[in-house]
Amino acid sequence: MSLKDIIAPFSVWKRVFEKPYTNKKPIDTRPGAPRYRGFHVNDLDTCIGCGTCEEICQNAAIDMVPVRETRHGDSGLRPKMDYGRCCWCALCVDICPSGSLGMSNEYLWVDEDPEVFRFIPGHDEKSWNDSELGYRRAEGYDLLEGNRVPMPMLSVEESQKSFVEMVQGYSKEQAKAEADRCIACGICVATCPAHMRVPEYIKAIRDDDMVEGLRIVYQANPLPASCGRVCSHACEYVCAMNHKGEAISIRWLKRYIVDQIYLGDYAKILHEREPDNGKKVAIIGSGPGGLSAAYYLRLLGYAVTIYDANEKAGGMLRYGIPEYRLPYDQVEKDIEFIASLGVEFRQNTRIGVDVDFLEVYGHNDAVFFSTGLSDPFGLEIAGEDLPGVVSGLDLLADVTNGKTPDIGSSVVVVGGGNVAMDAARTSRRYGAQVTILYRRREADMPADSEEIHEARGEGCEIVVQAIPLRIEKGEHTRLKLYWGKAEMVSDGPGKRPRPVLIEGSEEMIACDTVIPAIGQAGDFTFLPQDIASRLVVKRGQVEVDEFHRTSVDKIYAGGDIANPKRDAISAIANGHSAAKGIDIYLGNFQD
Amino acid sequence: MVETVKHDPRSKFPPVDATSGKSVYNLQSGKYMKVWQGPQHPGITGNMSLELTVCGDEVIDCKTHVGYLHRGFEKLMERRRYIQCFPLVCRICVPEPDFNEYLFAEGAEELAGIEIPEKARWYRALTLEMARLASFLMWIGGQAAAFGMGTIGQWTVTMRDYVLDLFEELSGGRIYHMYIIPGGVRADLPAGFALRVEQTLAQIGKVLDDVELALMYNAVFKKRAMGLGVITPSMVDEYGITGPNARGSGIQRDIRKDNPYLVYDQLEFSIVTETGGDAYARTWVRLRETRQSIDLIRQMLEKMPTSGPFFQKLPNVLHWKIPAGQTYKKAECTRGEYGFFMVSDGTELPRRIYVRGPSYTHAVTLMEKLAINVNIADTAGLMVSLHTYPPEIER
Repeated sequence: MSLKDIIAPFSVWKRVFEKPYTNKKPIDTRPGAPRYRGFHVNDLDTCIGCGTCEEICQNAAIDMVPVRETRHGDSGLRPKMDYGRCCWCALCVDICPSGSLGMSNEYLWVDEDPEVFRFIPGHDEKSWNDSELGYRRAEGYDLLEGNRVPMPMLSVEESQKSFVEMVQGYSKEQAKAEADRCIACGICVATCPAHMRVPEYIKAIRDDDMVEGLRIVYQANPLPASCGRVCSHACEYVCAMNHKGEAISIRWLKRYIVDQIYLGDYAKILHEREPDNGKKVAIIGSGPGGLSAAYYLRLLGYAVTIYDANEKAGGMLRYGIPEYRLPYDQVEKDIEFIASLGVEFRQNTRIGVDVDFLEVYGHNDAVFFSTGLSDPFGLEIAGEDLPGVVSGLDLLADVTNGKTPDIGSSVVVVGGGNVAMDAARTSRRYGAQVTILYRRREADMPADSEEIHEARGEGCEIVVQAIPLRIEKGEHTRLKLYWGKAEMVSDGPGKRPRPVLIEGSEEMIACDTVIPAIGQAGDFTFLPQDIASRLVVKRGQVEVDEFHRTSVDKIYAGGDIANPKRDAISAIANGHSAAKGIDIYLGNFQD
Repeated sequence: MVETVKHDPRSKFPPVDATSGKSVYNLQSGKYMKVWQGPQHPGITGNMSLELTVCGDEVIDCKTHVGYLHRGFEKLMERRRYIQCFPLVCRICVPEPDFNEYLFAEGAEELAGIEIPEKARWYRALTLEMARLASFLMWIGGQAAAFGMGTIGQWTVTMRDYVLDLFEELSGGRIYHMYIIPGGVRADLPAGFALRVEQTLAQIGKVLDDVELALMYNAVFKKRAMGLGVITPSMVDEYGITGPNARGSGIQRDIRKDNPYLVYDQLEFSIVTETGGDAYARTWVRLRETRQSIDLIRQMLEKMPTSGPFFQKLPNVLHWKIPAGQTYKKAECTRGEYGFFMVSDGTELPRRIYVRGPSYTHAVTLMEKLAINVNIADTAGLMVSLHTYPPEIER
């Protein structure tokens, strides 16, 4: 103890004239820091209602509640916060795939009513709704992976020379890494026409449980080897991860599961069918719709016979899609398993020619037809009947049948759909120079964007806003195609602009073959007049109810002929619901 | 009438039961009195309580009671995915949450085999030192106030608030920062952050000068703190004492030096020790460590990399499975050795997370020993001088 110990403490007196700190900083002039984790904000237009915020919240402070109309890619739900539970950790903000959720730097909220502290950010009127400040996920920090695992593909040089499958498939590590990106929000399930349980089979891949994966896949899709390759993947267009970067490769993950299991092992894995119930169903057309209906009906115990005009089953899967996209052995794999269940296939049997429809109708308890769209639309221009003009579908079918098409060295494909791309790329593989003419803009092309990209990569020239005018006999080449440029004319807000020919813009391409691929129509000639007249057909499509029952007793229809979506997965879904409908109609259905 | 060992009736200590070895009080005698200190007493520095038996104004027996703050974090974490544990762990120790964040992240990263970027290592160390600074500033206030010098507490707690301002700017939160996350940290330093840190450090340095004059060279404080709660070097291992409580007794023990983690092997500092072993010596250790912390922050701001990533991407956290294994990660917090023992069984949920807070040994076993013979007026000062945080005792 020294004198200093007595005197030193008096040094505190020098602070006696200082103002208290709290007076220096009145609370109303003290906003939260720019990164402050304050009250939540949500951009309702950007939010897709995926519910990942709800999933990650460890306090169960978030409920997804209906706020908007449900539409493709948006559940219509929006997060509702419970500030009695929230701990302001902001993991919901970090994980939000669309980036809509954030936090303002507001932190003062006083109210007598405890109920107000449960609110829907962005929807309920709050003073901080437009706050620019507050916590947002920082650049360089991300809990999710936006980039897709690249798919090993044949190089363009190789692919344009052969019909070897371009997409080579994921390895186990690649598939697991891709499956790991999924946030299991289920927006894909809602969008998939067949409502495949996508997050569950993706989880099976993460767990390396292919048996479970195959079981899940077959519950909604009996053609997974084909669909895993050529599905129009509506699921991927709405995938929540699109908002962060690239969608999960849902289609290729499905393919990965199927590729891991030999056909011979299917029977051990997939559930056994019901015993025969003594009832018979005829199916006309062995495309995806017919095969799907056959599979699910057979599982329910029906005796199923498929009638098909072609030599082999598969419909468009086999005859409309080139081998480099869907190898025939994969179509076989799907079909063989269905056949192994006891479904009878009668190929080379055209109803209305080889067998009378009424005979089939009379001998079966129900008839499902999914005959597809087989009549190609003509270009409706002069010279269309000249030799060298061949429809896209005919070309593709010829190739499947093993014929070498006589296309010469230069080809013009007219159209912008997948058939056009397939015809163009097939022609390319036979060494032809290919030009694709399309009436509208590239963004309007109905073909998958990757198809367009790959076609161009393989050397197909794509000319958009081009209207074919007439075809004439050529001098050095077989044909001359005259076409004119189009301008896009708006028909008013909300309507698709339409192409209008620019007068005097005519140009000519000398070519050996012109391939129109501008769509197809259904063919109802196999039906007797009496039945055809009773079917309700609108815009070329048979009207059906939710179970794909037509207006004629015992007759069901599905696939492209009864479905505006016109893709394989919709046809598969149609087949499945028709099978349920037939089961209900025939009184076997047990809930 | 119980059989007691030989007992001098003039002793302030009660007779001892010959068979059980426990003291036998006759509270009716008027000689002994039970006093409950806590669980809301500020001198307990949190929600626990001391059951004191006093003879006159001297404590002759002390029983500690915990259980007022049990939140079951360790069990909660077994029912949550790893990423969902991240907002939980900081709550285990309220005044110094960052060590929980750091050790949890470090443990998860080790089990999962994830290397974090260099910058993240510096940012983590910076956060931990800022947390140490904030924690010590609050402690100084508590120690001074326990001896009636509340003014000093007002200065230092204000300084702590300035550090919390920095935390708010860095992480978006003042108390629960949730800045250190498995994979790195959640954000880069804000623009001009180093400058504002330096301004705050300079301000704190000045206040510490005043604190030294008003507290350490203060006859009242010296009189009461010197000789209070003496920890002898031999007690250190016996009672599992770590941190400034051990260093105040001359033991050279600091995990930052003994098992350097993060970037501590790249910083210049030495272990602060005192030899007195009493509350006064421990106060000196902590005051000097507060200054050391300021110095370490300055060194870090000077040496840390200015470019590069601060976060290493994790597998999808929604279904992050960590390979089976176990690890124990430890760090030197303001109270001593803070540790996380983590066990993974290869699933998405942790199998077991055990948190080793230094306060358990200090506030329970050590306090029960040191309180004997202490004047009842000094028990609060003694308790604070052990620097314990009940939230980490109970978890």
